[in-house]
Amino acid sequence: MIRQIRHTTVFCLLLLVALFVNAGRIQVIEADTLDNNSANRRQTVARFEQRRGNILVDGRAVTGSKDTGEQLRFERTYTDGPLYAPVTGYASQTYGTTLLENAEDNLLTGTNPLLAPLPFWNDVTRGRQPGGRVATTVRASMQRAAFDGLAGRRGAVAAIQPASGRILALVSSPSYSPEQLSGTGPAVTDAWTALTGAEAQPMLNRAIRQTYPPGSAFKIVTAAAALDSGVVSDVDAPTSVPDPYVLPGTTTTLPNEVDGCDRASLAFAITFSCNSVMAGLGVKVGMDRMLDTVEKFGFNDTGIRIPSGVAVSNFDSHMTDDQLALSSIGQFDTRATPLQMAMVASAVANGGELRRPYLVDRTTSAHGKTVSRTAERTYRKVMDGSTARQVRRLMVDVVEEGTGTNAGIDGATVGGKTGTAQHGIGNAGVPYAWFIAWARADGAGEPAVAVAVVVEDAEADRSDISGGGDAAPIARAVMEAALEEEASEE
Amino acid sequence: MTATRADPPPPEPRLPKRRGVELSLLVCAVVISVFGYVAVGLGRSHAVPPDAARYGAGLGLLALLAHLAVRLRAPYADPLLLPIAVLLNGLGLVLIYRLDLETPRDQAAPAQLVWSTLGVALFIAAVLFLREARVLQRYAYVCVAAALVLLIVPIFFPAVNGAKIWIRIGGLSFQPGEFAKILLAVFFASYLAANRNALAYTGRRLWWKLQLPTGRVLGPIVAIWLLSVIVLVLERDLGTSLLFFGLFVILLYVATGRIGWIAVGLLLAAVGAFVVGSYEPHVHGRVQDWLSPFASIDAGQGPGQLAQSLFAFAAGGMFGTGLGLGESVLIGFAAKSDFILATAGEELGLVGLTAIFLLYALLVARGYRAGLALPHPFGQLLAVGLSSILALQVFVIAGGVTGLIPLTGMPMPFLAQGGSSVVTNWIIVALLIRVSDSARAPRPDLVEPDLVVPVAEGTEAH
Repeated sequence: MIRQIRHTTVFCLLLLVALFVNAGRIQVIEADTLDNNSANRRQTVARFEQRRGNILVDGRAVTGSKDTGEQLRFERTYTDGPLYAPVTGYASQTYGTTLLENAEDNLLTGTNPLLAPLPFWNDVTRGRQPGGRVATTVRASMQRAAFDGLAGRRGAVAAIQPASGRILALVSSPSYSPEQLSGTGPAVTDAWTALTGAEAQPMLNRAIRQTYPPGSAFKIVTAAAALDSGVVSDVDAPTSVPDPYVLPGTTTTLPNEVDGCDRASLAFAITFSCNSVMAGLGVKVGMDRMLDTVEKFGFNDTGIRIPSGVAVSNFDSHMTDDQLALSSIGQFDTRATPLQMAMVASAVANGGELRRPYLVDRTTSAHGKTVSRTAERTYRKVMDGSTARQVRRLMVDVVEEGTGTNAGIDGATVGGKTGTAQHGIGNAGVPYAWFIAWARADGAGEPAVAVAVVVEDAEADRSDISGGGDAAPIARAVMEAALEEEASEE
Repeated sequence: MTATRADPPPPEPRLPKRRGVELSLLVCAVVISVFGYVAVGLGRSHAVPPDAARYGAGLGLLALLAHLAVRLRAPYADPLLLPIAVLLNGLGLVLIYRLDLETPRDQAAPAQLVWSTLGVALFIAAVLFLREARVLQRYAYVCVAAALVLLIVPIFFPAVNGAKIWIRIGGLSFQPGEFAKILLAVFFASYLAANRNALAYTGRRLWWKLQLPTGRVLGPIVAIWLLSVIVLVLERDLGTSLLFFGLFVILLYVATGRIGWIAVGLLLAAVGAFVVGSYEPHVHGRVQDWLSPFASIDAGQGPGQLAQSLFAFAAGGMFGTGLGLGESVLIGFAAKSDFILATAGEELGLVGLTAIFLLYALLVARGYRAGLALPHPFGQLLAVGLSSILALQVFVIAGGVTGLIPLTGMPMPFLAQGGSSVVTNWIIVALLIRVSDSARAPRPDLVEPDLVVPVAEGTEAH
């Protein structure tokens, strides 16, 4: 019997070895696969197990966390949900994250390895640090000015500090409260259904995720291309573009909304928004050089991140001359996000050098230790300094005596450009009103702000005046706020 | 207190009793359990649970009483058995308490503590009043009758979670099948001890070395075994059925040494498993789940229990999440009973799981060791039988929850929630203590009665 008992012992040992090997297989070898299985709720649970780090505007948190005591414990709250929704996005138990909540998610949830005291610390301890904080570049006063200016009308505002690329305001209207999407359950799913189904598209971030035909506001780009390429050397000299201007290769004439555009100078054409002159100049600059300039401004770049992805602004690369003519005045297939048009104003304001726009100033740990700081970088040198100087003068003329007089600010130099973009079948839609501008306080070395405003449901006035009428006051309010901020800092 | 008898000249060294070792190991076991309890509190609410001291004192008291009983009545018993049982039971209580925190409306730890106390009480009673394991041999047929009654009774009670293994009396429910394990082990051991030669050497030779014993010898045992298995299939308790089967084959092999028995046994097992696995829907589902644990996910129905269990083990990884910090409650209704090991795996990691497996391995190995040292076949077979019950149980349920074999519901000995199981396992340990005591004690039956010499207490010679 002794022998048999020994055999039985060996048999049990084999069973034990089988258990060990199998446990090792499950817990070590296949662990990652199992951890990442879509049906495994652990990662979701762990995500919401601690307070999410906050997003700061002007050093104050615009987000919070609410302890629900449920399985997905902490729910996101927002102090001014609709105001900052285009900046923060939402962080939902049910629908995931967007915008900054998404781009900085690993920092806000504390899994970012940079938060850990030692390299690989989180991997070894399988833990997470307290959620870090994200300090944005947004200025509350400007955000508020833009939001109040839009007053619920459909539209968007993007404002940039030209010298640095800091995004000072990013507003989309109508907005929504991201807090409605925090948590789980029917209240959240109903809110989602209502928001996504709403005709006004409150969850669409019009400032960076929606492109519009820029209309006459695009003429600034064309002017820069004409000056930079030498097609125009003197802004005050008459050009050779006649009025009526027939689109090359067609019999279609391009209408102007003002008189005096026949062979008008570039200065006149910008100040009073002559379609014929700018379209003609665009054709003279030519497809290649136009494309080169617009791409330096950021058009056709699919890789712009602020850190969230920005919808690509479009300028076609293969066009006949008549299409190029229309594209040069912001029609045909030319489309731009409000942020893109703010970048146009910003490049002009900053002497031709376009700084890469960014929204996150720095990220810190929960205790305020800096984790990362966004470095200011040049996106492209768009145009010569002299070109930029001349375009600036043209934009100042627009505000002082042209279509943009609504944007004037006492005690500051303001340059702007109006735009009206027809859209819809047969242009039956209400035109979009654009205004892009920059402002420099008198005595200041450089412009404090560049801004782009688009208002979708502008008054049904098809003239460029609507750009000046609807959008310019909003731009002015935002720029005034920026100048006040600048003044208070000194 | 106890007088050992010296052997006639040449005098052999007296065997060490090792009670002191047992006591220090018990202290370790209690301390580890209390640490676990404190760790749960720290992990969950960053505070030591207010009743940690009470928990430690309670467990310590139980351990001490059990130890005193062993010291008094089984002074030569193996010093590892009791500490391992206490540690596993303590860890089980910690894990159940930890899972109770997730289910405030369903508290299992208090009841488990009561059952553990009852288990220890029965352990003490068994150690005190059962002076010699061989006494049980006389009650073989009583045991088997009682076992069958216990197995049949639950059929008349409603099923719980697809298995009719419960008896409900008032608020208490217990699984009589658990106790039947011991009774059957006793019966098998005594029957085989009495008939092993007849089984091994009589009867017709079928071919080559395979002999079939005479029907008279084989009949009763096969009948009883078949009956128990049929009852189990009716009750849908596959785990216990598998356990009885394994126990039967192992004991038959140990008793007769016929390798043929194993072959026949495995063949029968394979056929039985195939038939049951194909035609019994409850079991068929388990087999399907084992073959493809993630099928329900792909079908969009969410993860099944086995998938959740695998997720839990995977989440634990090498070192575990730490007590109280896992999410094994996602497993659902059987998290505290059949799937308790998943919580251990998730919160203590592969390291903790290895430690638990090794504790079981030690317990089983010590049981076999006692069997090896015994002079009489009944004791040998009883020790092997009881140890094998533990070993098979651990393998069946641990293999089941880790996806090694199809899952069969069964409590992890000492660890899982289940009053009947805890009590039964304590009795098994009591019997092992008794057997190992007779195995290691000096043999009074080999000593001349007039050579009794008193020995000073506590002296140990090597």
